[in-house]
Amino acid sequence: MATLLQHLPALLVAVPLFAAFTLPLVGRTGAPARTAWVFLGALLTAATGLLLAWQVFAHGPLLYVFGAAAPHVPTPMDSGGIPIRIIFQIDALGALMVVIASLSSLAIILYSLASDSRHSGKDSFYSLLFLLVAGVLGMVSTGDLFNFFVFLEISSLSGAALVAYRVDKGQAVEAGLKYALLSTVGALAFLVAVGLLFAQYNALNIAVVASRLQFTPLDQIALVLLAIPLAMKCGAVPMHFWTPDAYSTAPSSITAFLVVSSQASLYGLFRILFSLYGHLLEFSWLTFGWFLIILGVLSMFIGVTMAIPQKDVKRLMAYHAVSQTGYMLLGVGVGLAVLGNAEALTAYGRTAMAGGLFHILNHAMYKGLLFLTAGAIFFRTGTRNLNKLGGLGHHMPWTMVFFMIGALAIAGIPPFNGFASKFLIYESVFRFSPFLSIIAMLVSILTLASFVKVFHAMFMGAARTEFAQVREVPIPMIAGMAILAAVVIVTGLMPRPFIDHMILPAVNALVDRADYIAAILGGH
Amino acid sequence: MNMTKIVRTTADVLYPFCLVFGLYIVAHGHLSPGGGFQGGSVMATGVALLIVSRSYTAILQRIRKEALKLCEAIGLLMFLVAALSGLYIGGSFLHNWLAGAGGLFGTPVAFGPNPGTFNTAGVVPILNLAVGLEVLGGLAVILLYMLSGLRENTP
Amino acid sequence: MTAFLLSLPFVAVLALIFIGLGAMLFKRNLIKILMGLSLFESAVNLLLVAIGYRQDGVAPIFTHVPPHTHMVLPTVQALTLTAIVIGVATLAMMLSFAMIIYRKYGTVDIRNIRKLNG
Repeated sequence: MATLLQHLPALLVAVPLFAAFTLPLVGRTGAPARTAWVFLGALLTAATGLLLAWQVFAHGPLLYVFGAAAPHVPTPMDSGGIPIRIIFQIDALGALMVVIASLSSLAIILYSLASDSRHSGKDSFYSLLFLLVAGVLGMVSTGDLFNFFVFLEISSLSGAALVAYRVDKGQAVEAGLKYALLSTVGALAFLVAVGLLFAQYNALNIAVVASRLQFTPLDQIALVLLAIPLAMKCGAVPMHFWTPDAYSTAPSSITAFLVVSSQASLYGLFRILFSLYGHLLEFSWLTFGWFLIILGVLSMFIGVTMAIPQKDVKRLMAYHAVSQTGYMLLGVGVGLAVLGNAEALTAYGRTAMAGGLFHILNHAMYKGLLFLTAGAIFFRTGTRNLNKLGGLGHHMPWTMVFFMIGALAIAGIPPFNGFASKFLIYESVFRFSPFLSIIAMLVSILTLASFVKVFHAMFMGAARTEFAQVREVPIPMIAGMAILAAVVIVTGLMPRPFIDHMILPAVNALVDRADYIAAILGGH
Repeated sequence: MNMTKIVRTTADVLYPFCLVFGLYIVAHGHLSPGGGFQGGSVMATGVALLIVSRSYTAILQRIRKEALKLCEAIGLLMFLVAALSGLYIGGSFLHNWLAGAGGLFGTPVAFGPNPGTFNTAGVVPILNLAVGLEVLGGLAVILLYMLSGLRENTP
Repeated sequence: MTAFLLSLPFVAVLALIFIGLGAMLFKRNLIKILMGLSLFESAVNLLLVAIGYRQDGVAPIFTHVPPHTHMVLPTVQALTLTAIVIGVATLAMMLSFAMIIYRKYGTVDIRNIRKLNG
């Protein structure tokens, strides 16, 4: 057992990869065996992730050195005093992301067992899904720049293939191509930056590069090339144009996980700005904080205003996803802006960052839930057009309840989790700049208005004759939605233990970058 | 899409050479430039040669898609198992525990210039072989699928 | 003179990046856009390999190496190889997307494809 716990970081990626590679073999023996195998793989992946996160929250950051004789020694004798191997470094922030990815992957895989049961090519569908999960889990746990690029590419490639999965619709392929093209260009820019950093510092490990960084002009170029693609991948506003296409055409279970994949990019952005470039931005923390804040405010506002007139329910939700990403950027941006001001940091900076990071967890849960309900409705009615839907509350009571939970959470209504994180953001941002806080509240009100409209259009009204045959969705789909709904309610009713034991350690992991470096190189 | 007899015969003759040369590159990956991906792509070139010289239906009689997919899956599994075997010994994932341990893969070698002993390097040749198989299967399947798409466009 | 020669690869990298980006931005044909992407990718690979060049260094192969020569740590070569592998996968996937799009719409001109997107 002790050895198993020791190897959890490797298993975190190895388990989903194993599931992905064995599926084509298991799938030949028939559908029941495949279903069982997929379920087992999802369960094991989630268990590994949650166990790992529990280890990190209970005992502090974990290191895992690939290929070494001893997994916990970052600089063994045979490496000449510098960490030359690929190292997984999972601190509280990484563990938070691992929790998000594990919970959501379990829910969406359960859901897709029923929702995609009618489609052909299921072997490759689930293989790609497990690859996507492995890519996201790898992105949030690696401590190596090039390795991050590799996992970024794994997640974008499998994501693009899944977006285009229903090839019978030309639109899906188009959206997949768009997603793949943008991701690849972004990832290549990222690779150029990695090359520039390696050329100067002869290292790829984030902690080692961070300890050697001089902020030469090349480093500044590298910063831009690292930050822009990641901001694009997380869907921040000037670069958000791919999100509505990709999110609306992908199968709903995939969309729910693409949200998590976007947030893994957001994690990468925060990691680069805080851990890698942290102390060099000292003179310009305010500037870079405002960079994040402006991205955030733009995303919030433009996302929600684009969402309101949409007729396609998934397109509408995709714009709301852009809008919600803005809250995370705003919260963490305020924290970055006051990083140099110790007084302000303790007064409200850490709270703002806690709000932003808590919102990542909450958003993944309720937005995943909303996309799954939209998928459930599409599964039964075959349309996503709000004008054609109506009166479904009579036929799909569970879906309606789950949609309500998700909609109230995204609008920031207590006691759901969206309120918990948004309240942290409002009160702390208000002390930084009241104007920003008011914008954030305004966006929340618009979000509520938009979802009231959607709720009314889909579930209210008289039962329609064309939907007379519509029934509630199968049990696995309800179970998948129930997992996410349960998390939404639990984190909403009792946010305190989550904030104290998960979010604040994650905030400290971002702020105290010396700890991140010391974990690899030792000493302070 | 069926090419002339000259092209087809040449492809037939070159096909086994491509495979053998690819296998050589895979097997020597730990001693000289080369390795799994490069060797696998050379082997896939052999398949590509067959594909361009024949029509889609004729190809399917020569090469079975299922066999290639199996190749891919086995290669990937071999890689993971070899990587995980490090855990069993007590090292970390991908730990090269076979190197220098004697036996078929781990003949110990002295540090410094040497003429290159084949059965050294421990887990690395196994990983190379796994990657080679995977790349051969993967690239060939991609080519076959693309050819099948092509056929539908030009009836 | 040597400094000039050593900086040539980087000039080529810049040129290739701009040619690739130009093709991606200004060409209408999907296949040409993908060719631009491929050029960009080659430029990045060239950059990585050029970074790894050390004068008078030799490849780290122990076979028949004269003693007391400096060997080069082949990290960037490994990175390039990984990037090439990823590039193959990306390109193959996007080309198959292009094929499907051609089959659905009968064209690879992005202006016509965008129209259908509405």
